[in-house]
Amino acid sequence: MSIDLSQFHQIFFEESFEGLDVMESQLLDLQPQEVDAESVNTIFRAAHSIKGGAGTFGFMQVSEFTHVVETLLDEIRSGTRSMQRNYIDLFLQSVDCLRAMLGSLQSGSEPDGERAATLKASFEKILQQSADSDSQVTEEKPTVADEGCSNGWRITFRPAEDILQTGNEPFRMFRELQELVGADNLTVIPLTDNLPEFTSLHPENCYLSWVLEVRSDVNRDDIAAVFEWVADDCDIDYQPLSVAAAPDIPTADTAVTEMAESAVSTDSTEPVSAVIPDKVSEALSASAAQQAKPAARTAGKSNEPSSIRVSIDKVDSLINMVGELVITQSMLGQLGQDFDMSRLARLQEGLTQLEQNTRELQESVMKIRMMPISFAFSRFPRLVRDLGGQLGKQVNLVMLGENTELDKTVMEKIGDPLVHLVRNSLDHGLETTEQRLAAGKPGEGTITLNAYHQGGNIVIEVKDDGAGLNEERILNKARQKGLVPETQELSSEEIHQLIFLPGFSTADVVSDISGRGVGMDVVRRNIAELNGSIEVKSKRGKGSTFIIRLPLTLAILDGQLVKVKDETYIFPLVSIVESIQLQKRSLNHVTGSQYVMKLRDEYIPIVRLDELFNLRASDDEFENPMLVVVEGDNEKVGIVVDDLLGQQQVVIKSLEQNYKRVTGISGATILGDGTVALIIDVSDVGKNLDKSAKGQSRSDQAA
Amino acid sequence: MDALAIEEKKEPGSSDDQQYLTFMMSDEEYGVDILAVQEIRGWEESTLIPNAPDYIRGVINLRGTIVPIMDLRIRFGLKRVEYSPVTVVIILKVERENGERVMGIVVDAVSDVYTIADASTRKPPELTEDKNSGFIKGLVNVNEKMVILLDVDDLLNISEDKYHSGFTDNQSLFN
Amino acid sequence: MASILAVDDSASMRQMVSFTLRGAGHDVQEACDGVQALEFAGQKKYDLVLSDVNMPNMNGIELVKELRQLADYKFVPVLMLTTESAGDVKAQGKQAGATGWIVKPFNPEQLLSTIKRVLG
Repeated sequence: MSIDLSQFHQIFFEESFEGLDVMESQLLDLQPQEVDAESVNTIFRAAHSIKGGAGTFGFMQVSEFTHVVETLLDEIRSGTRSMQRNYIDLFLQSVDCLRAMLGSLQSGSEPDGERAATLKASFEKILQQSADSDSQVTEEKPTVADEGCSNGWRITFRPAEDILQTGNEPFRMFRELQELVGADNLTVIPLTDNLPEFTSLHPENCYLSWVLEVRSDVNRDDIAAVFEWVADDCDIDYQPLSVAAAPDIPTADTAVTEMAESAVSTDSTEPVSAVIPDKVSEALSASAAQQAKPAARTAGKSNEPSSIRVSIDKVDSLINMVGELVITQSMLGQLGQDFDMSRLARLQEGLTQLEQNTRELQESVMKIRMMPISFAFSRFPRLVRDLGGQLGKQVNLVMLGENTELDKTVMEKIGDPLVHLVRNSLDHGLETTEQRLAAGKPGEGTITLNAYHQGGNIVIEVKDDGAGLNEERILNKARQKGLVPETQELSSEEIHQLIFLPGFSTADVVSDISGRGVGMDVVRRNIAELNGSIEVKSKRGKGSTFIIRLPLTLAILDGQLVKVKDETYIFPLVSIVESIQLQKRSLNHVTGSQYVMKLRDEYIPIVRLDELFNLRASDDEFENPMLVVVEGDNEKVGIVVDDLLGQQQVVIKSLEQNYKRVTGISGATILGDGTVALIIDVSDVGKNLDKSAKGQSRSDQAA
Repeated sequence: MDALAIEEKKEPGSSDDQQYLTFMMSDEEYGVDILAVQEIRGWEESTLIPNAPDYIRGVINLRGTIVPIMDLRIRFGLKRVEYSPVTVVIILKVERENGERVMGIVVDAVSDVYTIADASTRKPPELTEDKNSGFIKGLVNVNEKMVILLDVDDLLNISEDKYHSGFTDNQSLFN
Repeated sequence: MASILAVDDSASMRQMVSFTLRGAGHDVQEACDGVQALEFAGQKKYDLVLSDVNMPNMNGIELVKELRQLADYKFVPVLMLTTESAGDVKAQGKQAGATGWIVKPFNPEQLLSTIKRVLG
């Protein structure tokens, strides 16, 4: 039977990445002074599993590399060696290296052998330094292996009395031997010399010994392999059969031989019944039972993007709901077969039930996609540790609300912006230790990540207790760049928001950490793409807090349906500030074709969706237009449509998957009648406004 | 209209042989690799995509997936015709680096299925001014008729197209 | 054929083992650690137990000791899946009552031939 092992590769990669995550988080928690045995055990086990799997599935580079990691871990685990800080660093580097190797293998490319080789050399150096490292038990191999004998062997086999209690059946071995050499070439002679008096006979013990004569030119090693599992606790003696002795063998007591052979061929699981009358169930061996310790299982962590683990509970609840749905459906089906108006109430009742079933089902399905934010947070201990070391800053990372759940897709997309914010806080937010001490603060800075639910949103805060935003410098910079007119005064809050403007960066020195040409504007745009928002609160000398608000899920959206010409479009309800009847006279012309409208105290730019989407011939005018005022990227925009239709929840589908990205459109959905409707990308529409109109609106707004 | 069954006319022969589904447009017969054909449907109303090229008729809901529909006549610069009940949409599927792409093409009528040996196809004449020549994989004679074999990958590749848009180009830095 | 309890905390190893054994016609019950294995063993008498050594909650050595306390499992063969470097683990396993071992890494063919040795 040939089995294609590659079918298990994906799951091996997945569990290995999980194992690496576990190793990493445990290593980060480890204090070299007081090493927790269970942590080291957990780390060891993860490495051990990766090594074993890699060997089994043919990833020899991985298994060889992991072997040295495991060896050092084993020495620490067994107490032969104590944990040191540089070991932790080395282990962490190995985690990175393994992750990279496995990543390459997963994508079908060759892993970077050089990096592994360098690290491996470091491990080997450490391992060699140890004086007592040669305590490894080497496999005992019979040194007289090469006594290949053309005549055969006489084997005296005296098993330990408790051999049966290890599940080893002597007859199983004899049968194996028989297969090896052929039935005609094996003679089994039982020896009863050890049989005790009947009264002292223990029914579960084996008192028999055997002499086995093999008349075949088998290698001694092959015979030894048969007894491999019992060799250590049994007496086995191999005597080569002399040429002269060979003819003597058949003259041995034939009755005994027959008896033995018949025993060999019986398929009974209790072939020793002749000697041991009854396998009494009473357990006489009173070895102290070691109590099972069901310790809390370390939570498995997964970063695998392509699959999701769902608890059986969630699946069961889904199945229940589908069951209810089927009942409702069959009820409605029956009702529809011979319907008359007298049963209208019943129909309505059924439809209400259907609606409820559908909503519950939808909620449950959505819950499947929800994962705790700890998956996104898990990378930060390492990141903060490494960056803190690089910058020479002492940083304490606090993570709160790690069990707060959000949609898997949102989670995947918020990772990069979060990393950017944390780097920014470390690099620019926190002062150096000297500066902190001089300011009367503790030398160690604190970065806090906090997540919690608020309404239908998840809020994620990135907070530091650093110097806070330098308002003066921000304002100067903004003026210098022409983002704010010289004469204009701004409040603290308004100054803080300036850091999100495109092309704004205050760092005096573009550092390697966060000054990579990617600014807060990109962070904000990325968050806006998730239909979320970001704001900053800051206090000079106390620190800054970035607050991100995100919808819990991307897959479903509360939508406002609108009509433009003959087409139906959907606005995300969250982005709509208000909807009003459009008054022609309230429209003002600014430069070129850009309209603005005064709405209470603000001027807001106006966009005609029909023009933007080229839906209407120029002479065809709106009859009774509606204005939908939306806010995207902290910028209000008025969008003109023909009519407002209903509101409904829609399931977001990708337009890009089979087509491509369309400016102004964030996705598509399928309406109740089966047709497709497109979803408006509000921030995209706002982004493409005439720049001068934007400037106008901002300064008016501020005045 | 339900998916039509595609009947196999001939046994697939050697590995060089490939089966093609052919269809008619303006009295010309075109062929696409049958392995790329997912199904054949009737024409149905689609939802407009803003600022799309004129040959993209819009998108339809294909069992929950949003699938764009391309009018092949317009794509090839042929005369437009009104859609009728016999107008068919061939749903094609190709593998891309970032997953598969599904798209429908509107053609006049489905014609036949041929097994064609690679060796018997000829290269199209080099007509540099013909913008359609890029889609043509080869020409082949079947029963005294010429069949134009199309390259489905090229046909469904619309990403590189430049077309009119009411927007200025604005790409995210993260992308 | 035989009913086998396969115990490993690594899902890929478990799948490989059970896929191989099922392919050979055996009934396989998977368990992810010693605790779970013991639970299954309490419900049914399997013909053979295959167990990894390094596992959370209850490792393979502890599992064998526990199994040997059960009347049903006194003589049932228990094979440890272990790595070649772990010489002392074999001894520990033996002492705990394991029947024998299969050295990792192994391929499906090696696994089957070893199983055949035990089950005959």
